Amino acid sequence: MTESVVEFAGAGRRYGSVHALEALDLTVRRGEVLALLGHNGAGKSTAMKLVLGVIASTSGSVRVFGRDPRGAHSNDLRMQLGYLPENVSFYDQLSGREVMRYFARLKRRGGGEADQLLERVGLMEAANRRVRTYSKGMRQRLGVAQALLGNPSLLLLDEPTVGLDPIATQDFYGMLDELRGRGVSIVLCSHVLPGVEAHIDRAAILAEGRLRAVGTLDELRRGAGLPLTIRVRGRMEGADLERRLAGEGVALDSADGGELVFLAPPAAKLETLRALLAAPGVEDIDIDRPTLESLYNYFEAGRAAEAEGSQ
Amino acid sequence: MNAVLAVAGKELRDGLRNRWALAITVVFAVLAVGLAAFGSVASGQVGFAPLSTTIVSLASLAVFLIPLIALMLAYDSVVGEEQQGTLLLLLTYPLSRIELLTGKFLGHSAVLGLSTLVGFGAAGGVIAALSPQVTVAQLLPPLTLFIVSSVLLGWAFIALAYLISVSTREKGRAAGLALVVWFLFVLVFDLGLLAILVGTGGAVDAGLFRGLMLLNPTDVFRLVNLTGFEAVAAQAGLMSVAEDAFHPVLLLAVLAGWVVAPFGLALWLFHRRRA
Repeated sequence: MTESVVEFAGAGRRYGSVHALEALDLTVRRGEVLALLGHNGAGKSTAMKLVLGVIASTSGSVRVFGRDPRGAHSNDLRMQLGYLPENVSFYDQLSGREVMRYFARLKRRGGGEADQLLERVGLMEAANRRVRTYSKGMRQRLGVAQALLGNPSLLLLDEPTVGLDPIATQDFYGMLDELRGRGVSIVLCSHVLPGVEAHIDRAAILAEGRLRAVGTLDELRRGAGLPLTIRVRGRMEGADLERRLAGEGVALDSADGGELVFLAPPAAKLETLRALLAAPGVEDIDIDRPTLESLYNYFEAGRAAEAEGSQ
Repeated sequence: MNAVLAVAGKELRDGLRNRWALAITVVFAVLAVGLAAFGSVASGQVGFAPLSTTIVSLASLAVFLIPLIALMLAYDSVVGEEQQGTLLLLLTYPLSRIELLTGKFLGHSAVLGLSTLVGFGAAGGVIAALSPQVTVAQLLPPLTLFIVSSVLLGWAFIALAYLISVSTREKGRAAGLALVVWFLFVLVFDLGLLAILVGTGGAVDAGLFRGLMLLNPTDVFRLVNLTGFEAVAAQAGLMSVAEDAFHPVLLLAVLAGWVVAPFGLALWLFHRRRA
């Protein structure tokens, strides 16, 4: 199914003369995980608030499940949404279980579901302790638990892994994969997250309120045309290899004893490999495709330079 | 409605948990019993003071204390949630802003109302049991009037605290504003009225002057409790201007108006407030 869950059509939001978000065209498809990447103030939170119906767009339109998030049926819509805000600290005086029961009641769910979700995020043992005693990571997990109340079909997560240790981050990604498997649509809002690539379907890169790029990682890589990083180890002549590869547009990036690092255009991948395999002394080859981080930096910085040039 | 009750229940639980309710109850009870037991020491007598004196002393202290407590209890109700990130979260839940604020108001009102009732009520019981001159029948009507007006005064200042809370963006600023509001209503307003009286040499129209007093909930509270007793009319000070001019029921209705109007304004501002 490629039905769209969220549809931004030229949606913009102005605060006075400041354009927090300019004419955004973007869709979130059913069952996909979309990463919304950008710096602080890039417009990520504004986009999320538009979907949540907390603010209204000043231009264009936003549809969630085909409906206006601020319309007459917004409460029905909100029953199907889960949201994890950035930096939420909850109520210090209440226990984790009381916080969950409170939110469950507001979402018209039972206390049993609240307990199940506490179990699921690993907070059951701390459920009767006051939130005041929770670490940042535990609060974050409590936040995830409340977002999952009512089996939402659309999850909006703002900086979900902030404060989580590496193991908890892996657990979180595992939960993400499981939710995706159940057909939940997820929007992940964040700075660049190391290791998130494997868990997302598409990425949208925002900067200064504008959408810079959107697509699957492969599409983004094609669009950016960033070189592959090829590491070659063995007992070989650097100058010789460089000569063999020069015809394919491959450049030597660094040489460190037995390891040479080349940057190759994506289109020349196979030719480069053949040339390397034919070269004497080569023992091992590693190929790294551009990471999400380098793609993000490319789209963020590239267009910024373009905007500067046009001024 | 379920959402309103959920929010109210949470606020009530918060109030019990952080000992607000307990503190208010104890302060009120100790104050009332203390004034009853030692109120006549100042006039050279030992033993329980006459009921009228007790109620009047209590009212003149409560008029400072209740607004302060109410403002402290509720000034951060919205701005505090905003700062800890839960306001934005709550706004994404299936409940309207009006339901959210109404629920909070019910919760805070319950905390203050129950504490006032239990605190002063317990004190009334102690006075009735220990004081030889006071019978329950004598005690009940003025004490009921006092408790009802105290609760309404508290609610009025909770509503004013909400007004402050929805119109500020920082907790510290809200706290400062709450103090200013307390100072204006409890101290400055009466000084202003006195200045008018003195400045005009008392030639101000009595009806107009009484009307001015209704513009301050603390003055309405004083009117309810200070002018009800013949014996103490002489101690009522500024309030004696309006002596017998208003029926207590009318005054209670005005106090109720002081609850409804600021809360209504707070609802309207919260509805328009940027998330």
